[in-house]
Amino acid sequence: MKINDLIIDSSFKLITGQNPDVEIKGFYTGDLLSWVMSHAKEGDAWLTVQTHLNIVAIAKLLNLSCIIIVENAEIEPETVIKAKAENITLIHTNYNSFEVIKSILVKDD
Amino acid sequence: MIKCFYDLHIHSALSPCASNDMTPNNIINMAILKGLDIIAVTDHNSAKNIGAILKVAKAKNIIVIPGIEVETYEGIHMLCLFRNLEDINIFDKLIYRNLPKVRNNENVFGEQIIFNEDDTYKCEEMQMLLNATCLKLNEVIKLVHLLNGLIFCAHIDRLKNSIITVLGFIPENLAVDGVEIISNNNQNIYDKQFKKYRIIQNSDAHYLGNIYEKMNNIYLQEKSINGFFDYFGGGK
Repeated sequence: MKINDLIIDSSFKLITGQNPDVEIKGFYTGDLLSWVMSHAKEGDAWLTVQTHLNIVAIAKLLNLSCIIIVENAEIEPETVIKAKAENITLIHTNYNSFEVIKSILVKDD
Repeated sequence: MIKCFYDLHIHSALSPCASNDMTPNNIINMAILKGLDIIAVTDHNSAKNIGAILKVAKAKNIIVIPGIEVETYEGIHMLCLFRNLEDINIFDKLIYRNLPKVRNNENVFGEQIIFNEDDTYKCEEMQMLLNATCLKLNEVIKLVHLLNGLIFCAHIDRLKNSIITVLGFIPENLAVDGVEIISNNNQNIYDKQFKKYRIIQNSDAHYLGNIYEKMNNIYLQEKSINGFFDYFGGGK
């Protein structure tokens, strides 16, 4: 699915990102950035409650398709600014990680 | 210049994970036995034993720095040191207010004991201290410096609750006064990797025997709390 296909669902709010046609190749959930750095794959949509600035660097480093901040976690302004500067797609949702995946599996059916 | 042996990360029985015999007198006497000149007692998210510990230290030839090990919102442990009881008590109130309201379960986590200066039980802390506060990393750093304290990234050589584990790497220009390591094993790696940060090595002792022997030292102009703070640039 493409990022555009995800954000069409109003449960997913696009915070920043100019990449609607980017393909989401997989999904990864993790909040410990050292762990994510060594396990997430290129093209993954990364589900996390971690909103510190460093998430942008990790997403760039691994060439992730987007970051989905779950559970309505409050995103720091600096993180949004950095994401804009690095052209990293940041999406926000009320869903928790499980509900995100559930909603996507429903779409696939 | 006076050579001072230190251990700046010691828990008391207020930390539920620490042994119940980490009392004011036991900690100070053990530190003296070990030949230490300067120690800091740093419980998880609380400074409620610092008053009693400072009273005990007054009569002895050892410097005790009021400290607290805060867990930030992100789950990072930060070692915070203050010049006096008044400053740390202000900080303690702020931390307490920002802890999730959860009652401790002594059977699972251990007791959180507040002592009198003669090591008798004063009371127990009922609020669970082993938790992340609602304060973000940069907020904690700002608050500590506002109170003229010093703040260090705790145990960066450990996996659990270290800034490296949680954030992947130390954010550029993080306004900390240094970083802490526990183990001797990788000292030279850390010296290289974290050249721009002061590195301190402490025990993180949760048991009396784990308080460090006299092995880590700094040279101070004056063997006092002021001398210690001056060494680190006085806090920002």
